[in-house]
Amino acid sequence: MSIMKLTATTAAIALTATSSFARDNVQVAGSSTVLPYASIVAEAFGENFEFPTPVVESGGSSSGLKRFCEGVGENTIDIANASRAIRESEVAACAENGVTDIIEVRIGYDGIVFASQLDGPDYTAFEPADIFNALAPKVMVDGALVDNPHTMWSDFNADLPSEDILAFIPGTKHGTREVFEEKVVAAGCEATGAFEAMIASGMSEDDAEDACLAVRTDGRSVDIDGDYTETLARIDANTNAIGVFGLAFYENNTDKLKVATMSGVEPTTETISTGDYPVSRPLFFYIKAAHVGVIPGLKEFAEFFVADEVAGPDGPLAAYGLVSDPALADTQTMIADEKTM
Amino acid sequence: MTDAPAPSTPAVPPKGKSLLAQDDRTKRRNAAEKRFRAYGIAAISVGLLFLASLLWAIVQNGTPAFTQTFVNLEVALLEEKLDKNGNRDIDDIRKVSTFGYNPLINEALIVATADIETEVEDGDLKKILSASAAAIVRDFVIENPDRIGETVEFRLLTSSRVDGYLKGRVTREDLARDKNLDAAHLDLIDVMVAAGAVERVFNWDFILGADASESRPEQAGIGVSMLGSFFMMLVVLVLALPIGVAASIYLEEFAPQNKFTDLIEVNISNLAAVPSIVFGILGLAVFIQFAHLPQSAPLVGGLTLTLMTLPTIVISTRASLKAVPPSIRDAALGVGASKMQSVFHHVLPLAMPGILTGTIIGLAQALGETAPLLLIGMVGYIASNYPDGIASGFLDPNSAMPAQIYEWAKRADPAYYERAWGGIIVLLVFLLTMNIIAIILRRRFERRW
Repeated sequence: MSIMKLTATTAAIALTATSSFARDNVQVAGSSTVLPYASIVAEAFGENFEFPTPVVESGGSSSGLKRFCEGVGENTIDIANASRAIRESEVAACAENGVTDIIEVRIGYDGIVFASQLDGPDYTAFEPADIFNALAPKVMVDGALVDNPHTMWSDFNADLPSEDILAFIPGTKHGTREVFEEKVVAAGCEATGAFEAMIASGMSEDDAEDACLAVRTDGRSVDIDGDYTETLARIDANTNAIGVFGLAFYENNTDKLKVATMSGVEPTTETISTGDYPVSRPLFFYIKAAHVGVIPGLKEFAEFFVADEVAGPDGPLAAYGLVSDPALADTQTMIADEKTM
Repeated sequence: MTDAPAPSTPAVPPKGKSLLAQDDRTKRRNAAEKRFRAYGIAAISVGLLFLASLLWAIVQNGTPAFTQTFVNLEVALLEEKLDKNGNRDIDDIRKVSTFGYNPLINEALIVATADIETEVEDGDLKKILSASAAAIVRDFVIENPDRIGETVEFRLLTSSRVDGYLKGRVTREDLARDKNLDAAHLDLIDVMVAAGAVERVFNWDFILGADASESRPEQAGIGVSMLGSFFMMLVVLVLALPIGVAASIYLEEFAPQNKFTDLIEVNISNLAAVPSIVFGILGLAVFIQFAHLPQSAPLVGGLTLTLMTLPTIVISTRASLKAVPPSIRDAALGVGASKMQSVFHHVLPLAMPGILTGTIIGLAQALGETAPLLLIGMVGYIASNYPDGIASGFLDPNSAMPAQIYEWAKRADPAYYERAWGGIIVLLVFLLTMNIIAIILRRRFERRW
């Protein structure tokens, strides 16, 4: 009998949950790069406010924005974290499901670094052209566009160690991949002259741009769909490999990794904030405006996230590795006014 | 018997085969048997070796998570910082955020280390403390507003790197390029340990506490996700046990044998072999997207795991019902019991030990399951609030123990890696306990015919 009663109780809870469930905590999902920052803010928010601590899930920028665009309502998320700006197609998908008012919040900047095993080969200085020469499927050799013949770093740049090429790069569902392609691979494509050669061979400009971003598929470039910890584990196991990390992740693991300069600039919060270090990108979160005022604490959480004492240069986010945004004050007024995109 | 043949002369060796000397065939057969036994022993030894090295790795990596380094610090709760108006109005006191407490704690550190010669600059002293310090002091002040103005001694967590130093995980060389802590801090810690201000003690907060953010591994605990697992198991138990047992009793005792019941039987066996991630997708589609149950709730996790556990329970229940000899049923029917009476009064009690064992094994399997939880939003920075009560335990976002371990293993700070191993120890203790209960039940109540 008692088992039957318990079953009935559970069924009743399930029913009440469907009909009259009111959510009282903020729900966040998205980029695994933004997750550490969001969790730090969520924790401090729970400590300083009467609201419950927000829930932060990861999964990548694209999957976060997809869930964000599923619709308006208490069983959809309130905030999507993204390590890239929202795409036109995603805005359209959102609008189709009734998510029309979106507030875009830029929280700061993040550097993307190339790092290798601390005791490994001397990968200390890269140019975008080196990365392109190592990882592209077609490269320029002696003025002609050919299938990538390079197997060692020293094949195309005598300053680099003569070690087998092996790179662990972020998978396509990560926002980091987009920045890696745009700021490193595409830049290398133009610098080596491959882009011009493609145009000269009769490709349209769009096709050439896409072809520039491709990576070789013979196993020397490996997509990592998991988090940076997975890349770190792969680097640990492969002495000659290089990996792509976020600056904050690298700074937490300086006992295992050494970082390479890009175009002669060492990645630090200073070089990124001045714009000297080329591979950086803004980090965002997107708020569903329709949920403001419905989900308790949502606006307060957003305001707290970009408050000077949190996201400013002396706040906990900067201490963890975020490069703070000089235009933070504009972002603060934007959230206060609930200005949508 | 008298005309027994005379024994042959011992001088001539026997022509036939002796039973004492083995011929080649027998030798080969015996050798094959010996080899087979050796293979068996080798297989078992390899298995034991793996088990031993696994357990060793878990214990080796996980035990440090159960201790934590604390520092005893006297903090002056200055009135001009915490209650400017001086009227002890709780709303005014709440307005001072944790950031407002940082200067007080920094001041306390400067006072505490005033007698120690160190290269660490005053502003950098706070790096030895966890970021949770301000929250602990603030909570205390809000609870005891009358203590403002006094100097109170607090037990505060040290930062994860100081803790790692005392555990031997962090060395001075590691800190050379680390901006979170300097080697000079460690010299300071050495002095404070000698003076007894810093100590490493058993950490109940790891077992009972809530999850913490990426920057505070020292504060993270598995307690809240343990509650999440508990509520999920409750859902699984109250749903899977009655449904599974009722289904098996009907199929085994009442259902006619035809194509349709055969089909059901095959399907149940197949369901038991379906990968758990499939149930996760099903749970996402049915419970969250269709039924609009809340995301990340243990209720949804429990429902999803129920689907996964049902086949296990049905199969084990049917097996134990089959094991009850037909003579029991016949005897009951023979004295005039109805079919239902014979099942519920005689067969079911005899099958109970087997049913319970199957249920516990099924629950243990569900307890260790992570994959379906990934899809229904139970992985991330989630297990940060204790549930307020029974209903909130089922409905508020929470994680589960294996999901929490997975999440810790993903995080950047190496201190979280240690906690992931520690979490595995806690999870293993639960699984072992459940399996031991299953064995005891079987031993005590099992009947053989």
